Amino acid sequence: MTNAIACVDKAEAFLVIGSNTTENHPIIGDRVKRAVTRRGAKLVVIDPRRIPLAEYANVFLQIRPGDNIAVLNGIMHVILQEGLHDAAYIEERCEGFDAFAASLEKFTPEWVEQNTGVSADALREAARLYATADPASILYAMGVTQHTQGTDAVKALANLAMLTGNVGKEGGGLNPLRGQNNVQGACDMGGLPNVVTGYQKVADDEAMAKFDEAWGRKVRREVGLTVTEMGNRAADGSLKALYIMGENPMITDPDLHHIEKALDNLEFLVVQDIFLTETGQKADVVLPACSFAEKDGTFTNTERRVQRVRRAVAPTPGCRPDWAILADLMGRMGYKAEYAGPEEIFEEIRSLTPSYAGITYDRIENEGIPWPCPDTDHPGTPILHVGGFARGKGLFHPVDYNGPDELPDDDYPFFLTTGREHPHYHSGTMTRRCGRINDCFPEGFMEMNPVDAERLGLATGDPVKVSSRRGEITTKVQVIDRTAPGTVFMSFHYSESPVNQLTNSAACPTCKIPEYKVCAVRVEKL
Amino acid sequence: MVNLTIDAVQVSVPEGSTILEAAQAAGIRIPTLCWLKKLSPIGSCRMCVVHVDGVSRPVTACDTVAGDGLVVTTDSDELREMRRDVLRLLLVRHPLDCPVCDKGGECDLQDLVTEFGVTAKEYGTEPFERQLPRYVSPFIQQWPDRCVLCGRCVQACTEIKGIGCIQIVDNGLHSYIGPKPGAECVSCGECLSVCPVGALTDGVRETKARIWQSERVETTCGYCGVGCQLELNVLDGRILRVTTTDFDKAPNHGTLCVKGRFGWEFVDHPDRLTKPLVRKDGDLVESTWDEALGLVASRLQQIKDEHGPDALGGFTSARCTNEENYLFQKFLRAVIGTNNVDHCARL
Ligand code: SF4
Ligand code: SF4
Ligand code: SF4
Ligand code: FES
Repeated sequence: MTNAIACVDKAEAFLVIGSNTTENHPIIGDRVKRAVTRRGAKLVVIDPRRIPLAEYANVFLQIRPGDNIAVLNGIMHVILQEGLHDAAYIEERCEGFDAFAASLEKFTPEWVEQNTGVSADALREAARLYATADPASILYAMGVTQHTQGTDAVKALANLAMLTGNVGKEGGGLNPLRGQNNVQGACDMGGLPNVVTGYQKVADDEAMAKFDEAWGRKVRREVGLTVTEMGNRAADGSLKALYIMGENPMITDPDLHHIEKALDNLEFLVVQDIFLTETGQKADVVLPACSFAEKDGTFTNTERRVQRVRRAVAPTPGCRPDWAILADLMGRMGYKAEYAGPEEIFEEIRSLTPSYAGITYDRIENEGIPWPCPDTDHPGTPILHVGGFARGKGLFHPVDYNGPDELPDDDYPFFLTTGREHPHYHSGTMTRRCGRINDCFPEGFMEMNPVDAERLGLATGDPVKVSSRRGEITTKVQVIDRTAPGTVFMSFHYSESPVNQLTNSAACPTCKIPEYKVCAVRVEKL
Repeated sequence: MVNLTIDAVQVSVPEGSTILEAAQAAGIRIPTLCWLKKLSPIGSCRMCVVHVDGVSRPVTACDTVAGDGLVVTTDSDELREMRRDVLRLLLVRHPLDCPVCDKGGECDLQDLVTEFGVTAKEYGTEPFERQLPRYVSPFIQQWPDRCVLCGRCVQACTEIKGIGCIQIVDNGLHSYIGPKPGAECVSCGECLSVCPVGALTDGVRETKARIWQSERVETTCGYCGVGCQLELNVLDGRILRVTTTDFDKAPNHGTLCVKGRFGWEFVDHPDRLTKPLVRKDGDLVESTWDEALGLVASRLQQIKDEHGPDALGGFTSARCTNEENYLFQKFLRAVIGTNNVDHCARL
């Protein structure tokens, strides 16, 4: 997030897109609801589902999955046409405006209505609400990124925030809500093929020289492979060994057949986890790790706040914390990695990472600090880009709309979109082993609009077969007016109905996030 | 700013502050029961009564705005007797079942009753049976007789969570917290966390402990990117429940969702792996750390030697700590010698 979570309390308007905030980031969802009901803040919700937050919205645009960019460009077209943009801010702080403005020409509200079905009037209304409020905050999540045009959609959102002068402002900003607890931290720590800690590029010789020296080994300067590429290389045999720590791609990967083939094809697979997951069952060696309650360390939340994780109970007998397993293994492979504990590792991190340099365990004992925090006197940075962008000037990127990779047709007439259900989490490895939670929410459903359900003669609870070009699964129907006719929804927590058997693995060419959010399916009564 | 006098102390507070807030600013304590800083004033219990010069009857400090020039007295025999009466009336309904109540030892009612020297149920009532619907959340156990009808739970569910699925139903001695039609409970436990007494208790674990017997370890929720701060309550190495007591702390200010508050049973689930597993003749069999790590080290080395470092790769985890993620990429970059490291969740 560019802004702190507490900034929600300062926003005069929200544009929430591709984020079922109340279910997936409930604490932020609560704050948005509070802002709307108690302060009268305005709310625009853009989503294929009538999510709970839509009930609070001044304008709800129920779009088809995959139409984010068309709608966003339409909104910006209206803002420009009606002169609601922040010309002074653009002049002072941004560049590339003219080409960008020209790129919006075709996206008239009428064009958007014709091509996406979103009403031109509602679109105008949404544009006015967002653009006339000051400050206005954009909240988005995987409903924006998990598309073949995910990166483009994020750029479109950045354009929108800059166009209205909302970047670098308390209560404004462009705020991605991270799905898993420490995605932010995993990225910050260099869990990416192109950067080490603090986004220092492996291709940047100067930055890497520091790591070469600190680590006593020369860091390779060529960018490595992404998850998707590693999957492909495993399938074609050129990747021989894979080490998977705390992930369960056999449930979460967009193309389960492909990943299964890839893992089966490996010469050697190591899986480190707290349970024997579907992925662990394919491994050559499974290493039992500790849960969050059994170890010390830090997580970095979606607002970049580095917070302590503390050991509350002793490790389950036989288990070791992930860091201790890794350190042991490094030693066995002839590399000295002796740490008294996580704090010592953290000290090493901050010595190599300017944005974390000022954060210490002592300083975050009581409350976390948001990075960048360059030195120990620095209070941390709750809002990014205040007074100027990190790169100098904010650059507008013209973005075109291509639509999703796969569209419904006669054989597969429904759009399928996927997401989460609030009591469960990710592949369900943890929440489905919480007795109470699983008692209350034991099985997954496919949401279907009453109009479609009537046409197919389906009632809530009826078993159905759902198939796509890639596979088929069975589940039960829940008839509910949440998706529009023609679109169905499933969550991905349930390994007995692995929805990713169906999803399309076509990925965004830039960030390689697959299009989990849109594919075409057929639904048949069983 | 408005200026007023409380117990002979001059106080200056922003316009719109309540008498209670003014007293707090001056370091003067006024007893409260229904008031909670993170909620707007409820004004239901009358524990916070104070005298205001020129006003004939005592007023409630928590929901009376501090006017300029007010002269306020927070303590007197009359006020103490009024507060005592509030407590006596609450005890008409409230059973003296403190020994078996989860809240014993950290209960606002217990504390006030002790402070004001109420020593018995002074006003009696005929016992009566009631047939209540199950509480709106299956994670929470309701003890309707213990309820002091302060209304905090209702206020919190409406104001903090924006849900509003509970309300005070019925009246007099028969009133209880029941469902409010039109909204659905999300089992966040906010009501549970604000209840000043043991009328709502955590229903997940049978084992209970007094506050001084168990340990409270503050940590960060392991589920979503909000990173809520919470306390794991631990007895004999097992998690008993999750609490939140610091309502001032970012990012969640004591509020959680169902996963953070009730989603920790997996930690001691019997399915937890407890030994390394190694594949032998096609099956995963239990092994030792020494054997398993030795095998990993030698196989990775062998593959690296035969096919080069880029024939190896790793998926790091958005669920592990920063320290572990750091070490994982260091392992691949410095020890294996490849940049093939990524994680599954890119947002
Ligand atoms: S659990 Fe949450 S939603 Fe349910 S009644 Fe309590 S506060 Fe309201
Ligand atoms: S249940 Fe607790 S919080 Fe709710 S009214 Fe009763 S005593 Fe107050
Ligand atoms: S309690 Fe809920 S909202 Fe808070 S971090 Fe945990 S999962 Fe997220
Ligand atoms: S605390 Fe003021 S009326 Fe309850």
